[in-house]
This record gives sequence, C-alpha cells and structure tokens, in this order.
Amino acid sequence: MTAGGHERRWAIVILAALALLALLPLTAPRDDVLNFVFLILLAITLAESWNIVAGYAGQVNLGHAAFFGLGALVTRMLWTEGAPVLLAMAAGAGTATLFALVIGVAAFRLRGAYFAIGTLALGEILRTTVGNVLPEISTLPAATIASYRLTQRYYLALGLAAVSVIAVAALATSRLGLGMRAIREDEEAAESSGVGALSLKLTALALSTALAGLAGGLFAYYHISYYPSHPFGPHWTFDALLMTFIGGVGTLQGPVLGAILYIVLKEYLALRWVDIHLLIFGALFVGIVLLLPGGLVQAAERARGVLGGARRAA
Amino acid sequence: MSVLAQQLLLGLLIGGLYGLAAAGLSLVFGVMRVLNVAHGELIMLGGYGAFWLAALFGVDPFASLVLVIPGSLLLGALLYWGLFGFVVRAHEETRIKNSLLIGFGLALALHALAVRLWTADERSIPTSYGGAVLSVGELSIPLVRLATLTLALVLIGALQLLLSRWRWGKAIRATAEDWQAALLTGIDIRRAYLLAFALGTALAGAAGTLVTVAYSVSPSIGLEWTLKALIVVVLAGLGSMLGTFVGGLVLGLAEAASAATFGGPYREIVGLVIFVVVLAVRPRGLFGR
Repeated sequence: MTAGGHERRWAIVILAALALLALLPLTAPRDDVLNFVFLILLAITLAESWNIVAGYAGQVNLGHAAFFGLGALVTRMLWTEGAPVLLAMAAGAGTATLFALVIGVAAFRLRGAYFAIGTLALGEILRTTVGNVLPEISTLPAATIASYRLTQRYYLALGLAAVSVIAVAALATSRLGLGMRAIREDEEAAESSGVGALSLKLTALALSTALAGLAGGLFAYYHISYYPSHPFGPHWTFDALLMTFIGGVGTLQGPVLGAILYIVLKEYLALRWVDIHLLIFGALFVGIVLLLPGGLVQAAERARGVLGGARRAA
Repeated sequence: MSVLAQQLLLGLLIGGLYGLAAAGLSLVFGVMRVLNVAHGELIMLGGYGAFWLAALFGVDPFASLVLVIPGSLLLGALLYWGLFGFVVRAHEETRIKNSLLIGFGLALALHALAVRLWTADERSIPTSYGGAVLSVGELSIPLVRLATLTLALVLIGALQLLLSRWRWGKAIRATAEDWQAALLTGIDIRRAYLLAFALGTALAGAAGTLVTVAYSVSPSIGLEWTLKALIVVVLAGLGSMLGTFVGGLVLGLAEAASAATFGGPYREIVGLVIFVVVLAVRPRGLFGR
C-alpha cells in the first residue's frame, strides 16, 4: 500500500463532497431531505468511529452502542439542564472515553472472538440497566421544541462527519496508525519489535469512543423524544459494523460508501415494502456478504484490476 | 430467607436452559471458529416448532422434541450448505467477521419472517400439568421447569457421549482441537463442520422447545437468548459441554442472587461485575482449557 497518498486523495474528495452538502440548507429544501442527509452523516460518523478500532487496530468491538448511548445519555441530561450543547456533547464524549478506558484494560485481555463477545455482553448489560433505571421516555420541554431548528442539527452533523473523516485520515497516515496496523497483522511480531500493543489498542479505543460519544450527543440533540435505552441498542453497533464491512474495513472511504449505500437501501426498502422490508434487507445483506466478501472497496479494486488487465491484453 | 432460596431455585432452573442454549453455540464456535449471532433465532424457531405441533396436532410439548430435534438437525445442515459453509473457507480472522455479517443478516431475516408469519404475539403452550408444583419444605418447585432442567442435563450428557464415543464425534473434537492436524490424519473436516453446525442447531431447537414449555416464545426472544448464550460461552470457556452447562447454572444463580440483593433494575450490573472479574482473572473462562 502506498503510504498515505491514497488516503489523502480520498480525504480531499470526501471533504469536498461534505463542503458541497453545506450549501444544501441554503437552497431551502424540504425538511425530509435534510433529515435524510442527516441520517447519512450520522451513519458516516458512527461507521468511521467503529472503523478505527476494527480497521486499524483489528479488534471487532461489538459494544460500540454502549459508547454511543453514554454520549447520548450525558449530553441529553446536561443539555436539558441548561448547559450549552457543545459543552454537553464534549462531556458526553468524555464520559464515553473514560468508560472505554476503564473497560478496555480488562476487555483487551480477550483475543479475537472473545473480545467481540465480551464487548457485546458489556453493551447489552448497560442497555438493560439504563432501560431498568430510566424506563420513562425522554421528551424535550415545550420551549425547546418551539425553538427547534433543523439546520443547526444538520450543520453539527456535517461538522462531525468531517471531523471523523479527518481523524481517520490523520490516523491512517501517522506513525500511530502504522503501529495499529502492525498489531492488526501480527500482534506478537509487533510487540517484539517494540510496539506497545495494549497502549495502542487503548488509544484506538479512546479515539473511536470519543467520536461515538459525540455521535450519541448529536442523536440526543436531534431527537425530540426517545427512550433513554434506545441509543444503547445493539442495532447501532451492528449498523456501524455492517456499513464498515460493506464499504471496506480499514480504509478511509469504505465506511463512507458503506454508510451511504446502507442508509439509502434501508430507507428505500422501508418505503417500498413496509412490512417485509427487514426480511428483504436481511436477505439482501447476506447476499452482498457472500458475493462481495471484501466490501465495495475491494470489489472496485478487483474490477479495476480486471479492466486494467483487459486493456493491457488488448 | 425462604424468599431468597426460592429465587435462587428459580434462577437455577432457568440457568439449565442458559446452559443448553450455550452448548449449541459453544459447539459451533469451538469447532468452526464462527460466531453465529443468529443462534437465538434458531432457538426461537425451535420454540415455534413445538408451539405449532401442540396447537395444530395436539402434540405434547415434551414429546415434540422427537420431531423438533431432527427438524432442527436438517435446518442446520441446510443453513450450513447455504450459508455457513462459505464462511469456513476463509481464514480464521475473516471467518469471525463474515459469520457476524451473515449471522446478523440471517437474524434480521428470520425475525422479520417470524413476525410476518406468526405475528409478534407472545405464545405459550397450555398443558394439563402446567401448574403442578412440588413442595419441599417452604420451597415450591414448578414441575415443568424442573423437567426442563432435567431434560437439558440429559441432552448435554447425550451430546458429551456422542462427542466422546462416536467416530464422527471424535472427528469433531479433533477438528476443534487443531483442524490442520485433523486434516493431516485424514479427517474430512468439512464433514466435521457440517455435523457440528447441524448438532448445534439441533441443540438450539431443543432449547427453544424447552423455553417455550417453561416460559413462552415470541419472534423477539432471539437476541436475548443469543446474548445469554454468548455470556455463558465466555464465562465457561470452550472445551467441555458439562462445563458450559455449569456456566449456565452459574449465570442463572448469579442473576437471581443479584436481583434479590439489589432489586430488579440493578440485576444486570452484578452480572457485569462477575463477567468482568471472571474475564480479568481467567480470560479463557472458568472451565476453558
């Protein structure tokens, strides 16, 4: 892999696209268009944040929803108590990261599938506990609803998606990212050549969960009412995982492409086949995995390779 | 005191089903190194099998095991040929990833299918002996649940026997131990994978039947049972089916004890602490090798 150049080019392309999306509210589109793009932007942030631990440090974290949920929980509490939303989001992200570091020390003793199962269990335990302790639906006060502006949420989502893309691009081209990839490929070999595996994994987890916490904060700022345990639901983890793998894990552009495809497909099916859309979605999904095992990025590379080979032969 | 004892007893009774649910998952994970996150949905299908056999043909739910187990074996074989057989062709790292993806897609599809076919209602099987209770001192033991615990233990014992005596059982264990060495000694490891997956699905079907008899079934029970099974697999570690069963009992008891001590809402926190402590002290599980 050519170090960095590839990622930098993609980062420029994605950021340019996001800059174009910044013009969208100026054209005064319908709210549903903004809401739809918001969903994609939130999905990009979530997928890129998951990609950091899975794609660079090589650890499949199935408890990602816990950090998204914690970010949402803390942000919602502070913000509805009157704190400025950005401050509340920062506190939410901080809480998520702190929790991740505490849990990470124990969880990273687990390898491979055990890490996946352990983190899944952690996330679920947190979800049930929050559901038990805070069973009431959380709704914004009437005054806040009256002053609700969708464009503010939209720009925040846009900014967050840009931050996550920049963070992953910076990581991919840095020494830190190189160390993480060394762990992913062969942990023992990396350790014996002086790479501190645990501290690098914890760094990856901290960065990933900070972004997930911010995304959770955005969710809390965006939704008028929801059950506090909802953002802890395992589908947030699996959404992030599916989008990242469909696109291409361990690449910058993969999760972005995956997120777009995933949200567009899911929303389209939900509109087209209301009551059986999840059945079709699940089946389609299995098909994609079987046909494109390396995700869209690898499929595109293979296609380019085949085309290039044909051109050379001609 | 007797209230606590009663709660622990109920915890122990459901723990047996946790153990049975986990045994199938542990077998599949141990042998194939794939994580089937649709395991709970297979349990759910087994439960509906028993429910419909009772509702349409009046088959006694315990007797329906005779049909549900072979049916699940067949379903497992079909799922292996159609889906999971592709997963085991990849490297171990990729296998986990692909099995998560396929398992999640399958879980989504099966859940949606069950809602579509049988509605989201919760169903249970009424039986003439459903309310029977055995009183021992101040404790009252629901007979149906006691029977499910006993049957779960019998099934685990049968599986253990199958794995230690049967020619292909030994092949399955050899594949779990070291598939490359197994391949070198002439074992058809693809066949071992197929058998392990089919057996794992059969165990899920049996667990689903017992869950439906003792409690109830609905399309959404899948995720919960997958999670319980996964926790037990990690707690117990791989390698011993009896160990997995004991791990299930431990989880059932721990949940009951913490619900009794800290009240329902905080039940799971104690589970979390136990889970983290076990992982920190024994990353390979209580009974893992």
